[in-house]
Amino acid sequence: MKEIYCDINLCMACRSCELACAVEHSKVKSLAGAVNETPRPKQRVHVLGMKGRPLPLSCRHCDDPACVKACMAGVMKKSPKTGTVESNPDKCVGCFMCVMVCPYGAITPVLEMKKVAKCNHCEDKEGEKACVSACPTGALFYGEPAEFEECLKKRKQVSAGKGA
Amino acid sequence: MHDKKNRSVDPAAQKMIGKVCETGLETAWDRYDKMLPQCGFGELGICCRICVMGPCRIDPFGEGPQRGICGATADIIAARNLLRMIAAGSAAHSDHGRDVAHTLLMASEGKAEGYEVKDEKKLRTVAGELGIKTEGRNKNEIAKDVAEKAFGEFGKQHGELMFIQRAPKLRQDLWRKLGVVPRGIDREIVEIMHRTNMGVDNDPENMAMQGVRASLGDGWGGSMIATELQDILFGLPKPVRAQVNLGVLKEDEVNIVVHGHEPLLSDMVVTAASDPELLKLAGEKGAKGITLAGICCTANEILMRHGIPIAGNFLQQELAVMTGAVDLMLVDVQCIMPGLGNLVKCFHTKFVSTSPKAKFPGAEHVQFKEENGLSIAKKIVRMAIENYPNRKKENVLIPREKTDLIAGFTAESVFEFLGGKHRATYRPLNDAVMSGRLRGAVGIVGCNNPKITHDWAHLTLAKELLKKDVLVVVTGCSAIADAKAGLLQPEAAMKYAGKGLQEICETVGIPPVLHLGSCVDISRILVILCNVVKEGGLGNDLSDLPVAGAAPEWMSEKAVSIAFYVAASGVYTVLGQPFPVQGGKQFTDFLLKGMEDKFGGKFAFEPDPVKAADLIVKHLDKKREALKLKPMMYK
Repeated sequence: MKEIYCDINLCMACRSCELACAVEHSKVKSLAGAVNETPRPKQRVHVLGMKGRPLPLSCRHCDDPACVKACMAGVMKKSPKTGTVESNPDKCVGCFMCVMVCPYGAITPVLEMKKVAKCNHCEDKEGEKACVSACPTGALFYGEPAEFEECLKKRKQVSAGKGA
Repeated sequence: MHDKKNRSVDPAAQKMIGKVCETGLETAWDRYDKMLPQCGFGELGICCRICVMGPCRIDPFGEGPQRGICGATADIIAARNLLRMIAAGSAAHSDHGRDVAHTLLMASEGKAEGYEVKDEKKLRTVAGELGIKTEGRNKNEIAKDVAEKAFGEFGKQHGELMFIQRAPKLRQDLWRKLGVVPRGIDREIVEIMHRTNMGVDNDPENMAMQGVRASLGDGWGGSMIATELQDILFGLPKPVRAQVNLGVLKEDEVNIVVHGHEPLLSDMVVTAASDPELLKLAGEKGAKGITLAGICCTANEILMRHGIPIAGNFLQQELAVMTGAVDLMLVDVQCIMPGLGNLVKCFHTKFVSTSPKAKFPGAEHVQFKEENGLSIAKKIVRMAIENYPNRKKENVLIPREKTDLIAGFTAESVFEFLGGKHRATYRPLNDAVMSGRLRGAVGIVGCNNPKITHDWAHLTLAKELLKKDVLVVVTGCSAIADAKAGLLQPEAAMKYAGKGLQEICETVGIPPVLHLGSCVDISRILVILCNVVKEGGLGNDLSDLPVAGAAPEWMSEKAVSIAFYVAASGVYTVLGQPFPVQGGKQFTDFLLKGMEDKFGGKFAFEPDPVKAADLIVKHLDKKREALKLKPMMYK
């Protein structure tokens, strides 16, 4: 299935993906407007420091998702068609079990609303994902695993060609 | 990212952009596209690089850090950043003024080749205002004192800037009460740098007041000194006919483009370009003559005083080179893209920098010195002529577009026309506003910005306002945009203006949009507003007047300084791009609302020029109502 990947060598920790994600999940869909929205739109990707390196992390949409198993309200569902782990916020009661069990820490508890927020691949909309389009260095990548491997390979060749 | 066809509304620019796409040459538009997406933290003004505990940034969505390492909030960071933009903008205009003062001083001592006091009448007027004795003294003696006094304004530590006295009494008193009267031009800029340094001023509103102070040192200081002393040195502009757009470049003549902001060297180039010896040399090299054309404010300066044609505005600097017909581009300071250095490699064009303050990769440097200004100008013209035979015919593409225009209005000339030559007075202007024939006046100024379709916002806003019987005055790149579209012709009144404005333009024979000069000449607008208040009937302070300012396509830090001194002078100011402060909510609120309580002027951010025109018209009507003026004559 298609997934959001990160070439961690290229991440500059600018957090543009975080802003773009929050704007995508806002009502007005513009940065200046989104920052004034109540409740504040929530980003579902977080740039974390991993061993001194920045890493933008969002839901990995696991094959065997722990969050789906842990959710008693039936909020979390793995779509058989797209493979995306979808969440339905209307059903969420805010028990935060999914937050506890997620091995990646990729689910955000939204305390003021007693709900959770997570990456849903921009509601599976066609085209590029907000975080991927916002990335100024091209660190983020959306595609099949093989495509990402191919992309990394090409980048290696190019940098070797440059003598870097 | 915008469609390449939507990059400009100017047909000449469109043609050149078409060529760019074919040849793969790169312009600011292409670089802008490559820059997307632009950083949201920068856009909102909430990243701070002022100390190296950082860089810090505030999460505008409230989840991540809400304070920098020092504890600064989003408001503090946004205010600090904006303040430093004001410092840079004010510094740029003021350094321009300082250079002019320096040249005037040298000219008065007979040490500057080619320069002399051209306008003795204005010299005597300004000297009188500055408290300098004029009786029984010759022009050089007076000019020396005026230059020294102007110099003093920059380094002054106490007291008040002299030109503050030009403002209406109420305005002066308000500034004094708020503690924002500049003590010295440089001092206020230095104080911004101090206050925004780590751990100094951390009260956004208090910071804004220092921003106002430094900006007033620009509008009523550096810029005003630049304008007044340039008039003394090069002559007070008078209405003059000329032409504008890339079509002014000639296929069979040596083309020299002057680009930048100061008239000091370019005015000498004007003289040099008509030197018989150089013209003869041009003939020997196969050229039919020498064409001089300008870009940006240098262009406006020599247009107003000599009728030299304009090649284009800010976003046309690269397009001019791409015509393949520019033999030499001479630059001084400000708004010169370093990208030109790379671009000229693809053409025969010589790229010549002249200011010790502004050197560029890919440029040849010919140092400008006032002592031998004319000789240097001649040397540069000679370089252009000698480069003419290197022009490759197959690379030449000059768009045909050029438009007639009238420019060169000033505070001294323009409105006096309204009263006729023998009855120079602002009375008819005030009467026109009071009787409802004219709704008010709006200054549209500022840059181009690849974020906005080139010239589109300037033109749309101007046309919307003309329809509503608003007299439009313009400077800088906005003036050039309007000129290209034919708005600086008297006939434009019939086409675009409302009935009341049409009647005025027809009677007096002026265009509905008046070209008042370069960016430092926005100080002329301030003087005009003071004269209108003085004339009487429209209130007692600048903030009473039915006027507004707008910068629909601004990009430079200079525009931030201008916007601040205009708003702090009591004028409603509408900006096409927001200041990069919106991550700081309270600070933004202060600029958009709170400022009005203090100064009677405030900002609005509105990228849509039609909506901006609505905001402005509403504001003018509000002011008209407060003054209890008659309803508009024509609906």
